[in-house]
Amino acid sequence: MPEPVLRVENLVKRYGDVEAVRGVSFNVQEGEVFGLLGPNGAGKTSTIEILEGLRTADGGTAVVCGYDPAKDADALKHEIGAALQSTALPDKIRVMEALKLFTSFYKRHKQPEELLNRFGLEEKRNAFYSQLSGGQKQRLALAIALINDPKVIFLDEPTAGLDPQVRREIYDIIEELRRDKKTIVLTTHYIEEAERLCDRVAIIDHGKVISQGTPHELKQASGDKTRIEVRLAKPESDTTLKNLEGVHDCRALNGAYVLHCQRPPQAIVALVKHLETQNNELVSLEIFTPSLEDVFIELTGRRLRD
Amino acid sequence: MTNLITLTRMRMRLAMRNKMFFFFSVVMPIGIFFLYAGVFAKSDPAGVKFLLGPALSFNVMGSFWGLSAALVMFREQGILRRFHVCPVKESDMLASSLLASCLMMLPIVVLELLFARYIFHVPSLGNVLSIVLLATAGIISFGSLGLVIASVTNTMQETQVLNQLLWLPLIFLSGATIPFTALSKGVQYVALFLPATYLVHGFKRAIMEALWPNALGMIFISLLVWFVLTLFLSTQLFRWEPEAKIGRKAKLYVLATAIPFFLLGLYEAKNGRVIAEEKIIMQKLDDSDKSKEKPGQQQKQEAPKPDQSAPAPESH
Repeated sequence: MPEPVLRVENLVKRYGDVEAVRGVSFNVQEGEVFGLLGPNGAGKTSTIEILEGLRTADGGTAVVCGYDPAKDADALKHEIGAALQSTALPDKIRVMEALKLFTSFYKRHKQPEELLNRFGLEEKRNAFYSQLSGGQKQRLALAIALINDPKVIFLDEPTAGLDPQVRREIYDIIEELRRDKKTIVLTTHYIEEAERLCDRVAIIDHGKVISQGTPHELKQASGDKTRIEVRLAKPESDTTLKNLEGVHDCRALNGAYVLHCQRPPQAIVALVKHLETQNNELVSLEIFTPSLEDVFIELTGRRLRD
Repeated sequence: MTNLITLTRMRMRLAMRNKMFFFFSVVMPIGIFFLYAGVFAKSDPAGVKFLLGPALSFNVMGSFWGLSAALVMFREQGILRRFHVCPVKESDMLASSLLASCLMMLPIVVLELLFARYIFHVPSLGNVLSIVLLATAGIISFGSLGLVIASVTNTMQETQVLNQLLWLPLIFLSGATIPFTALSKGVQYVALFLPATYLVHGFKRAIMEALWPNALGMIFISLLVWFVLTLFLSTQLFRWEPEAKIGRKAKLYVLATAIPFFLLGLYEAKNGRVIAEEKIIMQKLDDSDKSKEKPGQQQKQEAPKPDQSAPAPESH
């Protein structure tokens, strides 16, 4: 196996008494799209910012493109591109001016005109940053992240706060980068984003990687079970539901019961029969194909959005 | 070097597109000049010449206000973070702020000199080289103070409070608004510890006595030492991230910037040179008034001295 372009071992980051990153380890190969999936506050942004050379780790080691981000941040910044969370450009800078400005910082760079065309911003070349929509701002952020033709691209929550249509536009761009064999590290708390875009995913919670692998591997490891979410008229014991035929696991989450089933038809029949005997009623029932959300629920007992 | 040039160009562009910045950096300085020359000096060339130094000082000192506010705004909006992930250093950001400020302020200074010469018919502007060099030293040194303020304050609100606290003594005790000789003896001694006093004094001597830069050596040296100290502190305290708050103790670093003028103040308070020179400059203005008043005694009743009549303009 070739040497990974990014190697992280036992990374630790503390903010006062709070340990935001607690021994995170993973590798990323060249040309791979690697996702850090986890809820808000899991330690994803802190991890990625250490790798970008923006923060210093309190422990562990990290090597990105052959550089230690803490010691060689200046050299590293020529090799990476990043679209950070909660950043902005000055309101009164024009799109083309921003591209030219960021181009000037790098020894190796692409032509601003080429990026303008690639990201569909030709018509907005003279628009002020404040006049762009959320999607256009994010496209500009991605264009700037690619300005130096980086070896590794960091995308921190690239679609957070965007509407579904714009989110799909951004997915298309990232998929294009994936086809171009760009190495991408992205953080997200959206399941579909991780499943659709990432070759491999590390699920991170409370500053720790709790599982990692391809989305397929992760789902298989958790049994590839169908998720059935039911709401009942009267509360039930989750242990009773867990013992029903075809049900592998049951957890009560936010007023609903989440059942993981290997044989969904049998589980539904058994559930309906059980409710009849208990004089209880089914208020709603939803069936979900296995996803990384199920892996997260199984590992943490919580939903990603909680 | 490329980063410095491109960032400076960006800062100037953005400043010119920002209505508030444009007002405070271009409109207000010119307005202040006309207030001093047209209203306080009543367009009298000798009075305009006397008040030209205080007017220039007022405008040059204002650079710290704009620089601190702009940098804090950039940090609060997450703009600095975006630059942090690029190969841009703290020194690039800080130096470009100062250079942009210099390049925008110096033409205003030159414009004010031209207005004084051609609109208010001031026969001689003194030593223009000294004036321009003093303006440059003033812009970069007071600008660096602004950068320290931006580094030690966590929010725009804190920045504005600290700016106001520093601005008021700088303009009211330095001779930039109230003539130095009109201050009480005790206040004059306090003023000797303020960098603004030396800037105003330097401008007055360069204009009224046409002194060359070498004759103003002490003022240049003290302003430049102050500049180096404040710039060094601002690079040490610089923060890219809005979340990276600074502790209360670090705010005391602002006091460290007072060291050069504290020492100079002690020296000047002991030998009394600045106070004596201010009296001489005022005497020259009085003599000039008297010589004009001799032919017609009536004028004596009508024209109050500019130094006595100049009220303090409101700070921004």
